[in-house]
Amino acid sequence: MTRAALISVMFAAAPFAAAAQEVIDPEATAAVRAHLQHHHGGATVSYVEGERFEYQTNDGDPVFLWDAQGYYGGDINKVWVKTEGEYDFAADAFEEAEVQALFSRAVGSFWDLQAGVRHDFAPFEDRTYGVIGVQGLAPYLFEIDAAAFVSGHGDITARIEAEYEFLLTQRLVLQPRAELNFSFQDIAALETGAGLSTAEAGVRLRYEIRREFAPYVGVSWGRSVGDTADFVRAAGDDPSAVSFVAGLRFWF
Amino acid sequence: MFSRRVFLSQSAAFGATALASNFAAPFAHAARASGLVSLSGKNFDLSVARARVGVDGKASGAVLVNGHFPAPLLRWREGDEVTLKVANHLDEDTSIHWHGILLPAGMDGVPGVSFPGIRPHETFQYRFPIRQAGTYWYHSHSGLQEQIGHYGPIIIDPKGADPVKYDREHVIMLGDWVYGEPEALFRKLKKSSEAFNYKKRTLGDFFADADDDFGAAFAERAMWGEMRMAPTDIADVTGAVYAYLVNGHGPGDNWTGLFNPGERVRLRIINASAMTIFNLRIPGLAMTVVQADGLNIEPVETDEIQIGVAETYDVIIRPADAAYTLFAETIDRSGFARATLSPRAGMAADVPALRERPVLTMRDMAMSHGEHGGAHGSAPEVMDHQSMDHGTMDHGSMDHGAMGHGSTTPTASNGAVLQTHNHPTGVGVDMVADVPANRLGDRGIGLENVDHRVLTYAQLKSLEENPDKRAPGREIELHLTGNMARYMWSFDGVKFSDVREPILFHHGERLRLTLVNDTMMNHPIHLHGMFFDVVTGDHAHKPRKHTIIVKPGDKVSLDVTADAPGEWAFHCHLLYHMAAGMMQTVCVHAMPGNEHGDHDMGGHETHETPKPASDHDHQKPKDDHDGHGSHRGRS
Repeated sequence: MTRAALISVMFAAAPFAAAAQEVIDPEATAAVRAHLQHHHGGATVSYVEGERFEYQTNDGDPVFLWDAQGYYGGDINKVWVKTEGEYDFAADAFEEAEVQALFSRAVGSFWDLQAGVRHDFAPFEDRTYGVIGVQGLAPYLFEIDAAAFVSGHGDITARIEAEYEFLLTQRLVLQPRAELNFSFQDIAALETGAGLSTAEAGVRLRYEIRREFAPYVGVSWGRSVGDTADFVRAAGDDPSAVSFVAGLRFWF
Repeated sequence: MFSRRVFLSQSAAFGATALASNFAAPFAHAARASGLVSLSGKNFDLSVARARVGVDGKASGAVLVNGHFPAPLLRWREGDEVTLKVANHLDEDTSIHWHGILLPAGMDGVPGVSFPGIRPHETFQYRFPIRQAGTYWYHSHSGLQEQIGHYGPIIIDPKGADPVKYDREHVIMLGDWVYGEPEALFRKLKKSSEAFNYKKRTLGDFFADADDDFGAAFAERAMWGEMRMAPTDIADVTGAVYAYLVNGHGPGDNWTGLFNPGERVRLRIINASAMTIFNLRIPGLAMTVVQADGLNIEPVETDEIQIGVAETYDVIIRPADAAYTLFAETIDRSGFARATLSPRAGMAADVPALRERPVLTMRDMAMSHGEHGGAHGSAPEVMDHQSMDHGTMDHGSMDHGAMGHGSTTPTASNGAVLQTHNHPTGVGVDMVADVPANRLGDRGIGLENVDHRVLTYAQLKSLEENPDKRAPGREIELHLTGNMARYMWSFDGVKFSDVREPILFHHGERLRLTLVNDTMMNHPIHLHGMFFDVVTGDHAHKPRKHTIIVKPGDKVSLDVTADAPGEWAFHCHLLYHMAAGMMQTVCVHAMPGNEHGDHDMGGHETHETPKPASDHDHQKPKDDHDGHGSHRGRS
């Protein structure tokens, strides 16, 4: 008998047949089997992370910035929500505000593929995008979040964020961060030019009172580029801004 | 220490059951274990209930047996039949697994495998004959109860004369304690697997190393970074949240065992931790190890023992008229359990400082030296070895010597034989071992360079001749796999939640189970129901164990006689690794047409990989595209 045939005979006939004779109350035992297996690898987890909750000086025009995400699900499939935006204190208005609702599937040891929708509430009229992206840990321990967005008008934009961490001590962590935004076409309604539209770089120094609770200070530099910068200048603003930031990073 | 720190929340629930029903005189052993509540005889009433326990002055919730922490010492005698009634006073299911005890599968106490579990406010009766002697333990196999006190020691006195001579004995039950809910601890690991590590390498460590050799320091960091691994990931849960215990006492509580100077004192050391591997030593005293996992070994003298979760060692010490510190430092050096052994109460000895935490090396990565000497090294090409169809090979004419060492063997450029990996390597597997090595002769991780004797598995020799000296008829290779960042753990890349078929052992056969550790962590692997003979090279006196630490980059072989029919749990004894999926079952199954399990299961008639195959019994998984395919039955 071949190996395959042998297996099929054993299982087709009566799975765990030999075991069944040894088991106490085989039917009741079988009934709790699914529970047992689920509790050994099938856990679902909910996670919320406030990556950046911070005050930015923004060259004298201070804003509050938030950047948070969270998920619920198992090891492979998750529902993932991300939100970020800025509130301008002087204008008493949101400068940016977006929410993404994504389905996330682990596709590699270190990578999740994510797809869903994004809705922007500010700064321009409400807009909805389709999202496809990847999030994960690149070699050399760079945290990456990259996504492309297709608006209802057919405009395509993309964003990539990268972070790295240097441990100065077991609790003092220096975190450089960079973000690039691209547009594949001029989008006049969004005052965005084709190509690299905005770039942001910053470094934040946090102290992990606990791993999940860390106040920080830092500096962030951002500028608009190319045609996008021209839109900003035309509005009478400076396409480049430097901010000192102070905020809180947390997760639970 | 007798102002016990246990505050019963349901003291009324015990009254009647707190005492053993059988108070027959203890088994006339001059030396009784002290410091633990001890029950002996043939009939036992055990009662599981919630309670609060104080460790080092701080109280938190526990699940206890008969209101004692640890649970009462059960003293049995080889040859007796014991009956244990276990009443569940919890609002959740419970169970007791008798760790290391040979018994019928239905009495093994794993809910969903051997029995349905013990429902809330119900009582289950265990009854089984005692076929062995030695030091063992028992614990819950339900949820995470084992973390919060649901464990206790078992001592089985031999029917005949004990070959170990001693005047006094103490049980040393090591534990780790979390103030709070273990479920919250597990969830935190799932969210951030490094959340408890406060011994990472810093920028300052880099500059210190770079001061010696910048290129080497940079290349070494780059190599770890390229793999997205941390060489300081030694223990998942650390002293940042754990208190470490001896017999339920924190270091501040300082459990003390007494002796008379000059006595031969037997320490029965049991690691009942959920997650903690300890380095145990008694400064100023040599330890003569006489038993491992309950079975006698040829005495071997040593100074330090790395004891894995669920392992036991019995040692003999000869203390002088002085106090000694029993010091059990965690493998990651983030904390310690401590007890005092002294001739009179109230004495104490110096408590050693924690040593520097270890940093993993290329040997732990199972990488070939020379392949990854720098940041730009890359894994050597692995030749496709799956085309070898063991199932159809003519074993009768096969040249074993050529197999696995011929021209088809994949090798690294420096000639090292590369490990093949025919298991799914999807999401749940973040690395595989290229060149694993048999590490039975290695000291435990972090003890490589200490300047005294350290026990290794290779030093263990069974005192009695092994009962089954047949050569194994076939070999099953299992890989220990995981994804540290996602906190997924598994065998062969498949979590227990995704497993569809047990591993099949044929009743009566002798087989070789080879474990390859593809992860960077130590895994204490435990097989229920059967001892395995650790293949150390000694043919007739292999040490027989129920649990063995498989080191990072390790490849160990265990010979098993499949003499216990039924289905048995097989898992990593790190509680949260098991909860994350590092569990399987072994089904000892009567062969069709061979229901009586005749002891003539050669490799030839069953078309198995013949011994001593250094190559593997892997079949191509049916469905391995995402690492969650159905697990294959191994015939």
